[in-house]
Amino acid sequence: MQATIEKRGWLREKFSDLMENRHFLGFLLVAPAEAILLIFLAYPFVLGLWLGFTDTLVGRKGDFIGFANYASLLKDSTFWMVTYNTFLYTIVAVIFKAALGFALAIVLNRDFKAKGLVRAIILLPWIIPTALSAIVFWWLYDSTFSAISWTLIKAGLLHHKIDFLGDPTNARISLIVANVWRGIPFFTIGLLAGLQTIDPTLYEAAAIDGAGSWKRFRRITLPIILPLMAVITTFSTIWTFGDFQLVWVITKGGPANATHLFGTLSFQRAIPGGHFGEGAAISNFILPILVACVLISFKYLRRED
Amino acid sequence: MHESFWQKILKFYLPLALFIIFLLFPFYWMFNTSLKPMKELYNLKLNPFYIHSPTLANVKTLLFETIFFRWMFNTFFVAILSTAISLSTSLLAAYAIQRLKFKTSGPTGLIIFFGYLIPPTILFIPLATIIFDLKLWDSLWSLVFVYPTFLIPFCTWLLMGYFKSIPKEMEECAMIDGASRLRVFWRIIIPLCLPGIFSAGIFAFTLSWNEFLYALVFISTTESKTAPIGLVTELVRGDVYHWGPLMTGALFASVPVALVYSFFVEHYVAGLTGALKE
Amino acid sequence: MAQVTLENVSKHYVSKQSTEVVAVKDFNLKIEDKEFVVFVGPSGCGKTTTLRMIAGLEEITQGKIYIGDRLINRIPAKDRDIAMVFQNYALYPHMTVYDNLAFSLEMRKLSKEEIQHRVREAADLLEISELLQRKPKQLSGGQRQRVAVGRTIVRKPQVFLFDEPLSNLDAKLRVQMRGELKKLHERLASTIIYVTHDQVEAMTMGDRIVVMKDGLIQQVGKPLDLYFHPVNKFVAGFIGSPTMNFVEARLITSHQKLYVEADGMKLLVPEEKARYLQGFVNQKVVLGLRPQDLPKASSPVEGETFKALVEIIEPIGNEIYLDVKAGRDSLIASVDPKTKVTPHEEILLQANLENIHLFDIESEMALL
Repeated sequence: MQATIEKRGWLREKFSDLMENRHFLGFLLVAPAEAILLIFLAYPFVLGLWLGFTDTLVGRKGDFIGFANYASLLKDSTFWMVTYNTFLYTIVAVIFKAALGFALAIVLNRDFKAKGLVRAIILLPWIIPTALSAIVFWWLYDSTFSAISWTLIKAGLLHHKIDFLGDPTNARISLIVANVWRGIPFFTIGLLAGLQTIDPTLYEAAAIDGAGSWKRFRRITLPIILPLMAVITTFSTIWTFGDFQLVWVITKGGPANATHLFGTLSFQRAIPGGHFGEGAAISNFILPILVACVLISFKYLRRED
Repeated sequence: MHESFWQKILKFYLPLALFIIFLLFPFYWMFNTSLKPMKELYNLKLNPFYIHSPTLANVKTLLFETIFFRWMFNTFFVAILSTAISLSTSLLAAYAIQRLKFKTSGPTGLIIFFGYLIPPTILFIPLATIIFDLKLWDSLWSLVFVYPTFLIPFCTWLLMGYFKSIPKEMEECAMIDGASRLRVFWRIIIPLCLPGIFSAGIFAFTLSWNEFLYALVFISTTESKTAPIGLVTELVRGDVYHWGPLMTGALFASVPVALVYSFFVEHYVAGLTGALKE
Repeated sequence: MAQVTLENVSKHYVSKQSTEVVAVKDFNLKIEDKEFVVFVGPSGCGKTTTLRMIAGLEEITQGKIYIGDRLINRIPAKDRDIAMVFQNYALYPHMTVYDNLAFSLEMRKLSKEEIQHRVREAADLLEISELLQRKPKQLSGGQRQRVAVGRTIVRKPQVFLFDEPLSNLDAKLRVQMRGELKKLHERLASTIIYVTHDQVEAMTMGDRIVVMKDGLIQQVGKPLDLYFHPVNKFVAGFIGSPTMNFVEARLITSHQKLYVEADGMKLLVPEEKARYLQGFVNQKVVLGLRPQDLPKASSPVEGETFKALVEIIEPIGNEIYLDVKAGRDSLIASVDPKTKVTPHEEILLQANLENIHLFDIESEMALL
């Protein structure tokens, strides 16, 4: 009896010692998060790479076929168009988001009444689920009933309705606009926070030294805000490159595959189409950009340290 | 630096007005369209910016001829559960990485952070096979388990920032006072972090509502769909787009997120900027 | 018994730049029960690191630390029976003063009555009883400091540790709190280990002082021992305000007497001291003279007085600091407040020969 009580006491002491050991406790506390990420993030990530090398169909285990998927994709003209479009979409949208987002941040970088309210309003496009705002754009871009066409015609600037989604170029522009609309708040709020950390006395000193407002912007604001801008842009780039919702809801990749992104093409080939292997191979083309973005943001984050 | 009245108009009021109109117009349009009867929507002669004969017919259609309520319930279900799972695991992980600084805590933190950057479009196909193998196909539980993959990285990141702001001395003092590490976590750290926890929770909730691809792929039965999916897939019958109910649905489905956001916007912005500062 | 013994204690760690840093090297000290020991030294000297090793907040790289007879190297902080006051007080902002004081007792599962009794006792002792229901942010700096001290008192620990508790207070409050802490020590009759960078605090409060530099103990001793018999140039310069004057000089003999000669003065070395210095004749040394040992002389005395040109006059009130130049050397003399001096005047200063200090020019060790 005495021996068991002693043993229990010893065990309890050893246990509480372990819990004090920060290495043990650390591992223990991280475990649940790591488990979820391992099973549902890391493993699928690797599995996706593998699937690209197989001919898996939905419901049927596939065989290893080497680079066959990739080879056939590279011969597929649709694939090349999609590649072109994804890059176009990403580059143009991110540039506009960055420029407009930054412009709005500068406009908002001052003290004014209702500052909180305005900030809250500005964030709305980012908050509302993308698919829901996509529905609105879908309706606004309707070739017959678009309010945009109506306004422009009534103002005498146009003579016939715009075919927003039926013409490839128009469709691309329409989607980019919708993407920019959604993305501006992210840039604005992030950059605004950065702008507000810049010590105002820096500007005052520069003004006394004779620098005009453009000079002050170029020599003080830009260099200080650059790292933050780099990080935000990197995030936006990878998310835009891997976009899905907006395009799928509004055009489903059409017309004639003109607005497909890697994500939507992959979905189309894999889910309704059933070609898991091929779909995975398409998705994997997002990887190089992902890696590049990770490296760039890593570099800038380190520099912030 | 003084500004004349006209300078102010040019540099502030005008650009601000333009931006606000641009950013808020679609919401107005959502609202506008939901109150218009079908006849008016398709009448090209009318000025679309006015609501000539407002009606609640779209609302009726949405609420009674579709299972909109069911979809909303599903979306809440998934959002609340996945937020709960993510918050709790992130809290523990963030504390471990930021405070305990155990071996490999640096790399672990980085890996978790970069997990946030991986877009779902890379993962949805392999995840589909995994979900199928786990027999979670067509079940909302698949989303409950998968959503934390993008919620946890962000929440962990945000909470790590909050932990950084708590002085180390406070924990050391509590340890000398006799508290075990877990007690310190429970009695000192968490109460001081409540704003951060709050921000993370709100962020997770809105991110969960925003998810689309996984919900589209993993769920096929109409009754199990989430609101955005349901609206987009079920309100287009054949070639007919039911714009009225669609807009109403979009409006109503935006409400929970907008409400949560409007009550807690200060926390949300703090969370976003705090995370970016990291 | 609450003695604290440190045997060959060292602390190494790897810095952010991946270099090996030795924060504390070979620290040996035996602190007696109920003693008030002060660790003092410039920033980075290792005093706080040593304190934290005693507390259990830093791992001990080498060596042993005992509290009483217990080896505490592996014992976690919460079980060492010590209490600590942090520089920033570390009060729990979300708890009232009462809860702050009671926290450690709750952790030890004391009964509610016992907790109440101890908290009230400590609050009365520190005169913070009316503040018990307030939160830290409603308190002034001085009040917060008392609560921080109160937290340690309720614990009734074997050893009290203080990490620069007064550095966040303004000058007047600091002087007042110094006295109160000393009184507290007498009331509590406990072992106290106190870290500060302020040598005045060290001198006024400590039973013994440990002077540290670059991770090494320079000297351990009673305050006046350190003042009158510093073992090296660093301790001599660190203890005492204004700082001791250091002058490059040479030991010479003249007419069978030993003199120390600097650019602007020639001082006779008293017989008792000269005995120990025979081996250093004709060598360069560092001469140390405390400002207080340089009063103004009315008439010249050979081997004792020297000429000094007054550059700046700083009247403090109870003393006058004179910045003077003797030859090429600059000195500070602290003279009687009624001394009549005018700027740019050449005066005579008289060195108190009993209190001159001599240091080896390379090792900086005291020669006497």
